[in-house]
Amino acid sequence: MLRILTKNPFIASASSLALVFALLFPVAGRADNKIRIMTATTDLASLAQEIGGDKVEVESVARGYQDPHFVDPKPSFLLKLSKAELLIVVGLELEIGWLPPLITQSSNPRIQVGAPGYLDASRFARILELPTGQVTRAEGDVHPLGNPHYWLDPDNGLRIAKGIQNKLSEMRSNDAAYFAQRYDAFEQRLKQSEQQWQAQMKPYAGRKVVTYHRSWPNFAEHFGLNVVGYVEPRPGIPPSPQHTVELIGQMKRDNVKVIMVEPYFDLKTPNSIARETGAVVVVLMPSVGGEKEITDYFKLFDYDIAKLKKAFDETH
Amino acid sequence: MKQFAVLSALLLFCSVAHAQDAPSAPVKPEAPPVNTEDARMKALEQQVRTLAGEVALLRDELKELRETKSPAQPADQQVLLASSHPELGGLLSSPAPAPAQATQTQTFGGASGNAKLLNPDISLIGDFIGTAGHNTVAPSRSLEMHESELGVQAIIDPYARADAFISFGETGVNVEEAYVTFTSLPGGLLLKVGKKRADFGKVNTIHNHALPFIDRPLVTNNLVGGEDGIDDAGFFLSRFLPAPKDWFLEGSAELLRGDSADVFQASRRQDVSVVGHLRAYRDLTESTNLDLGLSYARGHNDLGSNFLTNLYSADATLRWRPLRRAIYNSFLFRTELVWSARDQLSAAVPNLFQTQHAFGMYSSAEYRVNRRWTVGGRFDRSGHARDARLTDSGFSGILTYWPSEFSQIRGQYRFGHLATSPTEFSNANELLFQFLFVMGAHGAHPF
Repeated sequence: MLRILTKNPFIASASSLALVFALLFPVAGRADNKIRIMTATTDLASLAQEIGGDKVEVESVARGYQDPHFVDPKPSFLLKLSKAELLIVVGLELEIGWLPPLITQSSNPRIQVGAPGYLDASRFARILELPTGQVTRAEGDVHPLGNPHYWLDPDNGLRIAKGIQNKLSEMRSNDAAYFAQRYDAFEQRLKQSEQQWQAQMKPYAGRKVVTYHRSWPNFAEHFGLNVVGYVEPRPGIPPSPQHTVELIGQMKRDNVKVIMVEPYFDLKTPNSIARETGAVVVVLMPSVGGEKEITDYFKLFDYDIAKLKKAFDETH
Repeated sequence: MKQFAVLSALLLFCSVAHAQDAPSAPVKPEAPPVNTEDARMKALEQQVRTLAGEVALLRDELKELRETKSPAQPADQQVLLASSHPELGGLLSSPAPAPAQATQTQTFGGASGNAKLLNPDISLIGDFIGTAGHNTVAPSRSLEMHESELGVQAIIDPYARADAFISFGETGVNVEEAYVTFTSLPGGLLLKVGKKRADFGKVNTIHNHALPFIDRPLVTNNLVGGEDGIDDAGFFLSRFLPAPKDWFLEGSAELLRGDSADVFQASRRQDVSVVGHLRAYRDLTESTNLDLGLSYARGHNDLGSNFLTNLYSADATLRWRPLRRAIYNSFLFRTELVWSARDQLSAAVPNLFQTQHAFGMYSSAEYRVNRRWTVGGRFDRSGHARDARLTDSGFSGILTYWPSEFSQIRGQYRFGHLATSPTEFSNANELLFQFLFVMGAHGAHPF
C-alpha cells in the first residue's frame, strides 16, 4: 500500500495537473464593448461614469458611507477586479491597508500598479497638507504623500475627470470624440453648479469650523471655510479627554459653532463637545452614496452645502 | 515520480516565460505608426503635452509663491492676486492660519513618485511576550522578545512583486517568508515561488503578529508543526474557479520541498510534499460573510521516505463588520478541524507498521467592543500526532487594547488540560501578555 502511494505520481504532481486544468477555463470574454472599470471609491466611480457614459461599466470597491481607510479586502471584490480593464485609485496611501493585496490577488495583469489599466487619480489633483520636514507617526496615521481627501474640491473633480477622459480615449481611441464631448458637458454642468455652490456658501466665507478627521482641507479651502481644530487629537487616534477639553476651550475662544463629522465616526464625543460649546454637529458626507439621495458627484456637494448652510444658519 | 516533477517545473517555467513575452499593454496595443512622419508627429505632440504640463506646474508654483508673500502686500493687491478665488478674499485677510495644520504646499500629483524613489517598503514588527503561571508540559520563558519581523516588499518589474519577511528571534534568524509573485500569468493564474506559509487552513497562513491570540492553538502545535507550521520552499499556484452565482471559489496547488517543522521531512530529493486548498467565500449581507475552506497536505515524515503524513483540514469563518461602524465594532467566529494520519512504527510492538489517526480542532470568537478594545475566547482540543491516545484540551480568554493602529497590548488567560499519558493529565494555568509595535511601512490588514 505504502509503496503504491509513494510511487503514485498522481498526487505528487497535483500542481502541474491543476495548471493544465486552469488553462482549460480561460477568463470568459465579453460580448459588448464596454470598458469595465473598478474604482477604489464611489466618487471616482461617479466621475468615471460622467465621462464614460454608456461606454463603460463602473463599480466601486468601497461604499460611500464607509471609512475609505478601513475596507475589508473581501474575495468578492477579487472576481470583479479580475475582470476589470481599468482600476482607478485615490492614491496617496489612502487605500494602503486593503487595496494592494486585492490588486495582487486579482491576478489581472491589466490593473497591476504601473500597468496601463492602473490610474492613480491623485496624479491629476491639487494636493494639500504635503508634510515638510520629518514625518513620524507621533503625528498619528499621517499620509506622507499629502492629504488624500482631495476629491472634495470640485476643481479637483474636474481635473480628475480630464485624466479619466484621456485614459478612456487612450483605451478606446474610436470613442475619443464621445468621451471629449461627455467631458465638455460635465465641465459645463460643474461650472454652473459651482456658481450656485459658491453663491450659497459666500455668506459663510471665513467661518471657523472643527472637523472630526482631516477629511476636509480641500473642501474648506475651496468654499472658504477655516478649519481650526479636529476632534481626533491626531489623524487615526481616537479622541482623548485631554484633547477634548482643549478643543472645547479653543472653540469657545474662537467662537466655533459647527463640528463637521464623517458618517463613519462615533457621534458621542462630537455631541458632548457640542453641548459644552453650543455648537451643532453636522454629519457631512465625504463621498457619493453616503446617503441614498447622493447619487452622483454633483449631489454630493448639493447635500453637504445644504447641510452646512442649515448648520450655520441655526447657530447664528 | 521524477518525470512528473520535471514536467511540472517545465510547465511552470513555460507559463512564466509566456507572461513575460506578452505585451505589457494587453488592453489596447497601439498600432505601429504607418510611416515615420506619423511617428514624428506623435513624438512632437507628446513633447508639447509634456511642456504644457510643465508650464502649468511652474504657473502654480509662481502662484503659490505669490500667495505665501501676499499677507505682507497691501489689501487691494491681495484681492487681485487671489482673483481666481474671489470668495477667499475674506479668509486671506483673517489673522494667522491655524498653527496645527501641516504646511499648505500644493502640487498636482507627482509627489508619490519622488517621495518613495525605488526603495522597497520596509517595516519591522516587534512582538514581546511574557508568561506567568504554571505549565509543566510545555513551559515557555517568562519574558522574551519573541520575534522582530522585518518585512521588505516591492514591485520587481511589470510582471512580478516580491515579499520577504525575516523573523529575528532573540538569538537566531529565520526566513519566515520570501517569495516572488507573478501577477501577469495567462489564464488567471497566480504563481508564487519561494518560501512561504502554505495555504493549509487559516491559522497556518497567518503571521504571529496578525493572530487574534498570543499563542497558537493546541491543534497547530500538536498536528500542524507549531508556530512555524507548514512553511516551506516551493511553488504556490492558485486560481479562481468557476463558481455558482454569489460564490467565490479559489483553488490552490502547492509543491514544496518537503521540510516543514516537525510535520514533514524530506530524506531524499523526491520526498516533496504537496498542499491543496479550496476556498469558498460568500457575502451573506454587506456586513456579514462566510468563508469556508478545505485543505489537504501530504509529505514524508521524520521516520524516512517510506513514512507519510497526510493532513486534512476544514475551516469555517463567519465575519460581521458593519460598514458604517467598521472601526468600532466587528465580530469573527472561526473554527478549524484537522485530521492527521501519520505513518510510524508501533511503540508497543517492534517493527509493526501502523498509522496514527489523530484529530484536533479549535473554535475562536472575537468581538470588537469599541475602537480600542477587543475581547475574545478560544476553545482547544487536540490529539497528539505521534500518539493518538493522548488528547489535550484547553480554553483561553483574550483581551486586546489598541493605543493606535500601530501598537497593540494583549492579555490572555490560558487553561490547559494536557495529557502526559493516556490516563494522566497535567493542568496548566497561565497568564500571557504581549506588546506589539509596528514601525515603517503601513502593511495591509489581514482578512
